[in-house]
Amino acid sequence: MFSYCSDPSTLDGLSWLSCYLTTGKHMSFYTSFLTVITLLLVTAPVALMFGFAGASAARSRFLPLSLLGKTYTAIVRGVPDIAFFMFFVIALDQAFEYLRHKVKCPDWSDPIRQGSDFVVCTQAKLPLSTSPQWVHETYGFSLAVLTYSIVFGAFAANVLFGAMRAVPRAQLETAEAYGMTQRQTFWRILVPQMWVYALPGLSNLWMILVKATPLLFLLGVEDIVYWARELGGTKTARFSDYPHGNWHAIYFFGLLVFYLMLTSVSERVFKRISARLSHGQATAAGEAQRKAAQ
Amino acid sequence: MSCLQTIQDYALRSVGIGERLLPREDFTLCEQVTLIGSGMIWNIYFGLIAITIGFFAATGMALAKSSQNPWLRKPADFFIYFFRGSPLFIQFFFAYSVFVLLKQSMPIFAPFTSAGLGATLVLLLNTTAYTAEIFYGALQSIPKGDLEAADAYGITGRTRFTRIVWPSMLRLAWPAYTNEAIFLFHATALVFFSGFPVWQQRGDALYYASYFADKTFNPFVPYPILAGFFILLTLVVITLFGTIGKRLNRHLPQTVIRRPGFLRTLIR
Repeated sequence: MFSYCSDPSTLDGLSWLSCYLTTGKHMSFYTSFLTVITLLLVTAPVALMFGFAGASAARSRFLPLSLLGKTYTAIVRGVPDIAFFMFFVIALDQAFEYLRHKVKCPDWSDPIRQGSDFVVCTQAKLPLSTSPQWVHETYGFSLAVLTYSIVFGAFAANVLFGAMRAVPRAQLETAEAYGMTQRQTFWRILVPQMWVYALPGLSNLWMILVKATPLLFLLGVEDIVYWARELGGTKTARFSDYPHGNWHAIYFFGLLVFYLMLTSVSERVFKRISARLSHGQATAAGEAQRKAAQ
Repeated sequence: MSCLQTIQDYALRSVGIGERLLPREDFTLCEQVTLIGSGMIWNIYFGLIAITIGFFAATGMALAKSSQNPWLRKPADFFIYFFRGSPLFIQFFFAYSVFVLLKQSMPIFAPFTSAGLGATLVLLLNTTAYTAEIFYGALQSIPKGDLEAADAYGITGRTRFTRIVWPSMLRLAWPAYTNEAIFLFHATALVFFSGFPVWQQRGDALYYASYFADKTFNPFVPYPILAGFFILLTLVVITLFGTIGKRLNRHLPQTVIRRPGFLRTLIR
């Protein structure tokens, strides 16, 4: 990066460090922090959507639909999320390839599962073996996002289901008394009011999501854990311009600090949102705001 | 090979008793169930130790956090902040690398680089922090009247704590603590994927499940088996904690909750 970095063995102290921290691999390490942030920013809304669908399904009067919604939340909550991640990444990949195989090669006669192999025709491979590297990476990342959304959608469904039930019954009755249809009551009365009850649960969920992001490493994405392991390992002078001992502890400490900062910032933001949402609500926090304003 | 034979060979494989070689091909359902079940021994071991010791440590930590003395309060605050604010997964990695470094200068730390001791320690500290936060919240919401009543009867000091404060705290914290226990058991599945080495392929349930999934390239058998075991474990935890919770609440007026029967729910 800097001009004086051409021969690292002659450097020492701060100049060595400045060169060491700006190698190409370190740049990839810094970019992987963006991967984590992207994952968070994409997953949160998608999971919220899944959760909303799940909660609405669980509330449904139509029994199979409500059972489906409840089973979805029950199973995901009963099993470690890590097991789900590892399952869905393979399962989703195979499901997509299977569907494409059925559409693209209808006259393929061999079985797809041959012993320990999963064989689909070449055109059905995802991503195609001819596609460039970035397509492979993006595909892996999108699988991860979908997996996270399914798992966290179930948690969100549980939170939103509780929040929908927490909206005072009188509010809904009033809406019915004014002649609103069920759909109108749901969208105009229930949904706007439920957020204040959902917020504690959702903020908790966000924290869990933040703390689940390092599991990306297990899904085969080159995330911060991958790079911390890669860069922290012992480097000998033969294979690296910047030989050093085992620095894993330092790198992982850096990751710990990163996550501590992320959760602290999130906590502050949620405090603000909570104050904003409580405004004018018939809750203790809303009442406290009203009294303070007087 | 009959299923009974498989169970004899592999039921205790995760602790090193029985057949040394894992099955390599033509995996039967029986082999998968037995080995994954065998791995659950590790999960239960991690969970039980962390919960048992963590329970008492968390009580102390919660008391420290609600103490007036800043020398007690600040460290407890920081401990809880540190372990609740960072991912357990990274804590495992960090702890492992620190133990490896310590081992080089002090051989006493050699056993800590194994999952059996090192990972248990991390899990213990982690659950202590989460539980302490739950207990702290419960301590803050003990009814004022209870404490005033204790004062009126002249109950002070140690008796006040063991007879009034502690039972009330547990009663209030119990539902949240049950959740924490369930999550802790789930978290034990992370251990062998986070730096701690698997010695002689003696891993936990998820280790064996992923072993089968990798070998057969078919996730639809081992992971549902794993899910079944964990749901069973979760049900046991819920039942146990439910019984304790009932006992904690036994002096309170019992409201009879009438649940609609299963059939009624189904045809509603």
